[in-house]
Amino acid sequence: MLAWLADHPLAAAVLALVALGLVFGAVLGYAAERFRTEGNPVVEQINAILPQTQCGQCGYPGCRPYAEAIAGGSAEINQCPPGGEAGIQALADLLDVEAKPLDAAHGEEAPVKAVAFIHEDDCIGCTKCIQACPVDAILGAAKQMHTVIGSECTGCDLCVEPCPVDCIEMIPQAETLKTWHWPLPDPAAGRVEIIATDRLQDRAA
Amino acid sequence: MRRVHTFHGGIHPPEHKAQSLQAPIQPAGIPPQLVLPLAQHIGAPAQPVVRAGQAVRGGELLAEADGFVSVPVHAPTSGTVSAIEERPVPHPSGLSAPCIVIDTDGADTWLPPAPLAAAERADQTRLRECIQGAGIAGMGGAGFPTAVKLSPGPGKAIDTLIINGTECEPYITADDSLMRERAGDIVAGTRILAELLAPRDILIGVEDNKPEAIAALQAAADSTMEVVVFPTKYPSGGEKQLIEILLGKQVPSGGIPADIGVVCQNVGTAVAVHEAVARGRPLVSRVTTVTGEAVTRPGNYEVLLGTPMGWLLEQAGVDPDRARRLIMGGPMMGFSIPAPECPVVKTTNCLLVPTEAELPTPPPAQACIRCGLCAEACPATLLPQQLYWFARGKEYDKLEGHNLFDCIECGACSYVCPSHIPLVQYYRASKAEIIARRREAEKADHARERFEARQARMERLAAEREAKRAERKKAAEAKARAKARAAATEGAETVDGAQAAADEDPIQAAIERAKARKAALAAGDAGEPADRVAKLTANVDAIAKRLAAAREKLESYDGGEAPVAEALKRGVEKTADKLAKAEAELREAREGVSEEA
Repeated sequence: MLAWLADHPLAAAVLALVALGLVFGAVLGYAAERFRTEGNPVVEQINAILPQTQCGQCGYPGCRPYAEAIAGGSAEINQCPPGGEAGIQALADLLDVEAKPLDAAHGEEAPVKAVAFIHEDDCIGCTKCIQACPVDAILGAAKQMHTVIGSECTGCDLCVEPCPVDCIEMIPQAETLKTWHWPLPDPAAGRVEIIATDRLQDRAA
Repeated sequence: MRRVHTFHGGIHPPEHKAQSLQAPIQPAGIPPQLVLPLAQHIGAPAQPVVRAGQAVRGGELLAEADGFVSVPVHAPTSGTVSAIEERPVPHPSGLSAPCIVIDTDGADTWLPPAPLAAAERADQTRLRECIQGAGIAGMGGAGFPTAVKLSPGPGKAIDTLIINGTECEPYITADDSLMRERAGDIVAGTRILAELLAPRDILIGVEDNKPEAIAALQAAADSTMEVVVFPTKYPSGGEKQLIEILLGKQVPSGGIPADIGVVCQNVGTAVAVHEAVARGRPLVSRVTTVTGEAVTRPGNYEVLLGTPMGWLLEQAGVDPDRARRLIMGGPMMGFSIPAPECPVVKTTNCLLVPTEAELPTPPPAQACIRCGLCAEACPATLLPQQLYWFARGKEYDKLEGHNLFDCIECGACSYVCPSHIPLVQYYRASKAEIIARRREAEKADHARERFEARQARMERLAAEREAKRAERKKAAEAKARAKARAAATEGAETVDGAQAAADEDPIQAAIERAKARKAALAAGDAGEPADRVAKLTANVDAIAKRLAAAREKLESYDGGEAPVAEALKRGVEKTADKLAKAEAELREAREGVSEEA
């Protein structure tokens, strides 16, 4: 056999390449099975960036469908108002595309986070808001007063529309000692065109 | 003599300590009203246990600790609780927080003190409870509940207890005067802390600019503890810096001193512990330095917690014309207090009222010239200049990668910056932003979990409904079959196969009927040709009628959905086909008839 291969170098080369191909094919085939990733990992990563308000302002029924649409290329990255500019920037970094300004057609970024509040005197107990809430943050039963669990509310305002007596209000959250933080100094505010001491002299003059 | 080490960087700002050391500690007196915030410490705010209108005596519990990392609040003197409401608190935001307001009566009647008996002191749990129950939180400035620090947890043996008497920041002399005048109390408090932690070494660290305090401590200290003196440099008083000076060891990044077997306590905390355990007096007052050039009688005052700062400044004689601003803490790490009605709290070590000449408004920031002075001054060996660029660019990942969270916000970088860039301000804001983002990400995760749980529930409910419907359908069918079988066994001969099938399924029945009709038609084929012609004529008429109806439908259907129109058109074509076929058949039959004729 070896002698025959030595006599036929071309056949030997072909055989060697075929053998290598088979070996690597087997290894790759095994790896593809063994290390298969469930679902699309990009969708997971996009979904992790989205704010999970499940508000549907992007035009998709929740954050995951929107993430899937972005991954599939059928949606732009600038359709999520709750995520705001920071969210768009993060998506642009992840997908390595140019960041765009927020698409105004889908709404504007709210400066302060709001939480739904049910005016309990007006509530008739219709449970419509409970069915609308994507995160089960409304507590109540038919013909019983409903209330919003503030800590669970994502501020998506999907419950406001279905309420037949308009008793749900989005209340912007007041700043507390827990949520307050130091503002970043505005670099433009202190910008001086000339040397500061010179300007002081200018003013004195 | 212990070998002292040093830490990287640091600065030597003017000390300005002499002006507040002219006189011994003096009591500030009882103000007409005390405002006690429920959160004077790091951790959960205390929960009030008194009502508005209730009379309280000194030392009475006003609010109890809410959880492990929390401390209670006590009444500093006797009086009446006039309100429990939101009041401005000493915080850089200038926001309000829940406070208990006491209108004092001036009598200063106290609950009988209940010091721990010797037997109780032997019980460590009881001792820790006593320290927590007295409301003691770190007096150095951060206000971390002391009892938590004294419970380092299993597996973390503490081999060194450090008592921090460094007080490195300019102007502040509260700890200095405490060490001069109450060295005995400090040593007694340290002994109690040592009982709980059982350390191998007890070190009291003092900078060499406090010779009188060092002498007093050395006279009071017993053989178990050592007073360590080291050169003055800011910020030696930082917990991590002091540990490096005394032990030459660094606390790992992101870790706490207990990770390397060290616990640090302030001298003021040691005194408070002694007062609580040996004298049964909860933490209701502290020594606060009131100083600055706008103060006519600067000095150290023993102030009841909750005393409005404005009232205290009146006692110390502040010239409002010269006062520029009110700073709580020192000039390096303190912050401006927007409202003088803010109360003195457990962490108020100094009130600084400088004149404009003394602490001028910082000039506008200029461009960074990359001189690198900040990196030389940083005691945490960070790269302040790099952090500054990242903070401006809001590159939070990179900030974390450059260990922003090891920054102790000492202000040394801002102090040395020749461009007057408020560097610490950038770091504080970025730290807060990163923490806020983490919190938001956690919230988003939580919301996603809830949303997915809800989706799963909806799907499950839908599946359950579907299953129930299928079950009901099956039951109905079974019932119908049973009925049909019962009817068949009852001997109703008229019910032929087709009818039985009709009972079972209307579509099947229709098919059966059509088959029967076709069979009849085929039978008709074999019958009389004249009959056949008549039948076929009727058939052609019927199909022609159907075709007319279909055409009318197609014409009256105005546009709309394309598939519908398409279907109608197809229907017309099919019917027309059928008509042609039937007519051909009829013609054939007629020819057959005429041939026969």
